[in-house]
Amino acid sequence: MSAAPSQVRYLLRNVAPLGADRVDMLLAGGVIEAFAPAGTLWSDGDVVVIEAAALIALPGLVDLHTHLREPGREDAETIYSGTRAAAVGGFTAVHAMANTTPVQDTAGVVEQVWRIGTEAGWADVHPVGAVSVGLEGTHLAELGAMADSAAQVRVFSDDGKCVWDPILMRRALEYVKAFDGVIAQHAQEPRLTEGAQMNEGVVSAEIGLAGWPAVAEEAIIARDVLLAEHVGSRLHVCHLSTAGSVDLIRWAKARGISVTAEVTPHHLILTDELARGYDPLFKVNPPLRTAADVEAVREGLADGTIDIVATDHAPHTREDKDCEWSAAAFGMTGLETALSVVQQTMVDSGRMTWADVARVLSTAPAQIGRITDGPRPQGRPLEVGEPANIVLVDPAAVRVVVPAEQATASGNSPFGGRELPGQVVATFLRGRATVLDGVPVDPAARHGDAR
Amino acid sequence: MKHLLTTADLTRADAISILDTAAQMAATQSREIKKLPTLRGRTVVNLFFEDSTRTRISFETAAKRLSADVINFSAKGSSVSKGESLKDTALTLQAMGADAVVIRHQSSGAPHTLATSGWVDSAVINAGDGMHQHPTQALLDAYTIRRHLSGERRDARDPAAAPLAGAGLGGDLTGLKVAIVGDVLHSRVARSNVQLLHTLGADVTLVAPPTLVPVGVEAWPCAVSYHLDEVLTDVQPDAVMMLRVQRERMSSAGGGFFPSPLEYTRNYGLDRRRLAHLPDHTIVMHPGPMNRGLEISAEAADSPRAVIVEQVANGVAVRMAVLYLLLAGDMSNQVPAQNVSSQKVSSQKAGHQ
Repeated sequence: MSAAPSQVRYLLRNVAPLGADRVDMLLAGGVIEAFAPAGTLWSDGDVVVIEAAALIALPGLVDLHTHLREPGREDAETIYSGTRAAAVGGFTAVHAMANTTPVQDTAGVVEQVWRIGTEAGWADVHPVGAVSVGLEGTHLAELGAMADSAAQVRVFSDDGKCVWDPILMRRALEYVKAFDGVIAQHAQEPRLTEGAQMNEGVVSAEIGLAGWPAVAEEAIIARDVLLAEHVGSRLHVCHLSTAGSVDLIRWAKARGISVTAEVTPHHLILTDELARGYDPLFKVNPPLRTAADVEAVREGLADGTIDIVATDHAPHTREDKDCEWSAAAFGMTGLETALSVVQQTMVDSGRMTWADVARVLSTAPAQIGRITDGPRPQGRPLEVGEPANIVLVDPAAVRVVVPAEQATASGNSPFGGRELPGQVVATFLRGRATVLDGVPVDPAARHGDAR
Repeated sequence: MKHLLTTADLTRADAISILDTAAQMAATQSREIKKLPTLRGRTVVNLFFEDSTRTRISFETAAKRLSADVINFSAKGSSVSKGESLKDTALTLQAMGADAVVIRHQSSGAPHTLATSGWVDSAVINAGDGMHQHPTQALLDAYTIRRHLSGERRDARDPAAAPLAGAGLGGDLTGLKVAIVGDVLHSRVARSNVQLLHTLGADVTLVAPPTLVPVGVEAWPCAVSYHLDEVLTDVQPDAVMMLRVQRERMSSAGGGFFPSPLEYTRNYGLDRRRLAHLPDHTIVMHPGPMNRGLEISAEAADSPRAVIVEQVANGVAVRMAVLYLLLAGDMSNQVPAQNVSSQKVSSQKAGHQ
């Protein structure tokens, strides 16, 4: 089982935890064994030394919103390929969205996903349970059974579809209180978005694609924060994308409502102007918005209104993107570019520190998913005795994204050909390297590694 | 220019050159033998994913008058209806050696995708894509407006005062006022016309109920009004273009854009009363097919002001011009149309016969 501690010890020399003062860190027995001023820890010969004078250490990243596509669409991604891509992107845990085939709406399916993820060993896989049977929005799935299963599901979502029926949403919010669950809402008013293809605004008006108006997201968020307040439950808003949504979350938090919100990397950097070329790589749901929205979500992330960045990694086969816009699938990959996009938009711009990055990409998502405790805790501080879930980043590196060379099984990255800052050099999952020198470490090799 | 995808790509000089070439083409069409040898041996494929007999036969006629071989590929009943992708259809056409693909598609941007994907080498001509563009329609509208409204004002109600065949040659539409009335939201004709007429110097006013105006219209180079009577009185348009309104748009399944066809007609229809108030020289246009009694009354459609049938004829000339310029001419290095004289065209014809 991947939770078994690694035999190999790693000495990270001169590394900067959260971008702060440089230290030496020793990883052994699956935990951070020692932490000392830079240059004071020396190897005793049985240690792999990583010279990290150019590197920053962050707690292993936690994605609250990943589509691994297995079971059902193994032609786009598998749990193995998706978690391998996650490791390359610096993630040590992912939440696998429920819109698989069959849907993750029973204890049996979530346990299967959880088990395959554990066997793959690249990152912890926490299945998200469907809110409604078959994502059909009519009656509650067996949330309790999924919560009690081996997968210990705490996050429930019909992502891809909105829990539109206000009674069903209310019941779901109430029901998950019994096991401290959270409803992660895909906020999209269905009637306002019938046939919608892109953000409704100046660009859609000109290029003639049916609009997905901001109000369709904001109306559901407004309803749901009020429902969460009324029943005293916990709400998480997936992939918030508009300036109005940021204002609503800010208002709800000021009112004391228990709501958290996420933004995707692509909504932090890309705008609807990209739809002008009709390249379906830029077709995503919720759609890319305007420059004013991008500025608003950056501001909301910087001031804490938006709690986390989650990838909404949505791999698609080539045939689902190599076609005219309206025939193409919604979604883009993101696991291997998320950290770079956050660095470019938030850190290099001076709006956030690396400690903030650790908060929005590790600590806070782990807390929302309730995985900071238990047998495989994530999102923990970088302290002695804590599990060695660590990512080493070279923030000075510059790379050009080549989708075909990524670890994900799909090529639908919107960043192909784009230069992005930062490179994940190594990822450790409970002290075992899943990535070294920027290259995924094959599980077979890891066994040899363990000697 | 290799393709014609949107009127937004046309400069003023490009547009005038197409209109002038169309005038030359039109001149040949009044002859006993209408066929020119210009595109002999070239293949034009009409690739229609959406039914449109009018546009298809207009392109087909234009291509045949230029002696091109024409292949009609209709999606209905073809492999497309069995799930073939646009890509595979395109690769098939490429393998057959099409020189130009005239594409009509229900999805906005499909012609752009076809032209930029690398699937085909051919020239791509957009014959209408979703709610996006229908550039040859806008060109034939501009051609019709120029022919009727350049130079002196004529009484449009008097059939004897019809313009000369070559009227407006070399000119643009500066100062002309055009009202486009109807379902702007879903209309590729409106989008194409707003851009082209603006490029050519005309002032465009869109008139529609607020539900049929797109969010984001404020970025368009035109005015917008919700009141047809006000526009007819205050703007005194030189041309009134009525857009087709689908009756289904009033139903809840169709989007519920207006309460009833009757209310639409009362507020936005070109009825007898409004027709009578138009300035003497104003022409009435419609891209067809018309809903008589909905957006346009029989009186308006059949009045001497109506240039609707002429629009159809001009469509053939404009499409001949576009095919000629894309396949035989070089639009970026255009020979002024005045020099492409009808004599030269006819001598070419004589030489090949």
